[in-house]
Amino acid sequence: MTQQRIDPVAWLAAPAAAYFLVVLGLPLALLLAASFRTGDGIGLAHYARILGDPFERGVILATLRYAALVTLACAVFGYVYAYAMARASAAVQALLLVAIVLPMTVSVIVKTFGWTILLRSNGPVNSALLAIGAIDEPLRLLFTETGLVFGTASILLPYMVLPVFAVLRQIPPEQHDAAATLGAAPVEAFIRVVLPLTLPGVIAGVAIVFSMTVSAYVIPSLLTGAGYKTLSKAIANAFLVIYNPGLGAAAGVILLAIAMAIVMAAGAAAARLGRTA
Amino acid sequence: MKMANPFTPLLWAVTLLIVMIQIAPLVVVVLVSFANSPVFEVTFGNWSLRWWERMATARGFWAAMELSARLAALSTAVALVLGTAAALAIHRGRFPGAALLGTILLSPLMLPGIVLGIAVSQMFRAYGVTDAFTALAISHVVVVMPFVVRIMLSSLALFDFTMVEAARTLGCSYGSAILRVAVPNLAPGLVTSAVFGFIASFDNYPMSMFLVDARTKTLPIQMLEFLEESPNPTIAAVSTLLLVLTAMLLLIIHRASGLQRAVIR
Repeated sequence: MTQQRIDPVAWLAAPAAAYFLVVLGLPLALLLAASFRTGDGIGLAHYARILGDPFERGVILATLRYAALVTLACAVFGYVYAYAMARASAAVQALLLVAIVLPMTVSVIVKTFGWTILLRSNGPVNSALLAIGAIDEPLRLLFTETGLVFGTASILLPYMVLPVFAVLRQIPPEQHDAAATLGAAPVEAFIRVVLPLTLPGVIAGVAIVFSMTVSAYVIPSLLTGAGYKTLSKAIANAFLVIYNPGLGAAAGVILLAIAMAIVMAAGAAAARLGRTA
Repeated sequence: MKMANPFTPLLWAVTLLIVMIQIAPLVVVVLVSFANSPVFEVTFGNWSLRWWERMATARGFWAAMELSARLAALSTAVALVLGTAAALAIHRGRFPGAALLGTILLSPLMLPGIVLGIAVSQMFRAYGVTDAFTALAISHVVVVMPFVVRIMLSSLALFDFTMVEAARTLGCSYGSAILRVAVPNLAPGLVTSAVFGFIASFDNYPMSMFLVDARTKTLPIQMLEFLEESPNPTIAAVSTLLLVLTAMLLLIIHRASGLQRAVIR
């Protein structure tokens, strides 16, 4: 017998594989094909129109900027939160976990709707800022990039906290304390000991939050008006309003490429980290 | 000797602030649903159940909720069967491309939902699938599958298959060994993946947006339409109801496998 026999259990994967081939692979292939189909044959006209037009380019850049700001905010505050969780007693840790898992699991429409109320000019956020004297008059937050970034970062924060916490909890606190005992200042101990060990978690969180933000549709739809365009709003507009499937498909392929690029970059970064560690 | 870390108070202050920010949108939705005001505001001391009464008679919401529940139940059932079988095969890993298949089955978590939505809707159009519910159900299986595969893979990693052999040595038939040893041990994973999968389908917006029609609207579609067209606090009552249901589902997950194990790999 020269041919290696495939384990019969492997056939259990066949239905799922076939399903994904037909309901994920095939539609994406058709989408890619549609993005090249122009009025008179095959070409790059849709891509040229998107990438050549300063307005459309601006939409892509605004989307990337939005995702970068949200990811940065999530990385900083998500790390702090995960760090506090890892150092907390078991009871506090459970509470801190519930405080992010319940909001994470609740429908994104409910959370975003809550943010539209919070961010109103006479809403709770402005009231609180006025009360503590941080501002003299209400800020305009709803329908602004500031409000959008703030709301999105808050909604996506749990997706950063969980992977960072998953790594942090495996580092024994003694390791942190050992560095301190050996004379390292708290900040130095953190930067030289804890941070490098938790980078894989941060990379995973960055990939998730960035790809969720570039793809976000519900959050920017509710927190910004028609004036603020993101790539996903443009895609929905192309299909549901102006009905230009070719253009929409090309925009979709660009969004897909961005999301896949960040995931693959994160994968490569994690692999590199694994080699040097 | 342990030094007092000067950053510790700051750490806890920021953490407390984040907890408040995480909970704030949910609290405000609940308060608005009980406020006696036609606009979205919190009116302390002036409570009312009028928006809850309005919701009870708003027919669009109940039809949408029923449709979303049916859709989520059906797509979760299909994904549970396909996903668990695939997880078993990938766990054993004795075929070429097992790791790649795992990545592909998890990929809908990372791919833009809106792109998947336009892709499947164009395909259904091309192949003449016109029934909205059929199109939604077929597509939602793809949304649910990653939750099943991910959770079942980690459940399988913790399950010791020699226990099945041990049961057989002790006189169980193969079928009864699976039923009495493997199924109870994998049940928490099955429950957890079913609940997370159900929620993923029930809440899906970006894929459904291209597949619904005037008569077939899922709850998220109905909710966003309502928010954009006739915003009044009825939507806060619906949201509060969803919040309570979600908390109950999380409780089920907690009972089945522990919250921390369920959400952290």
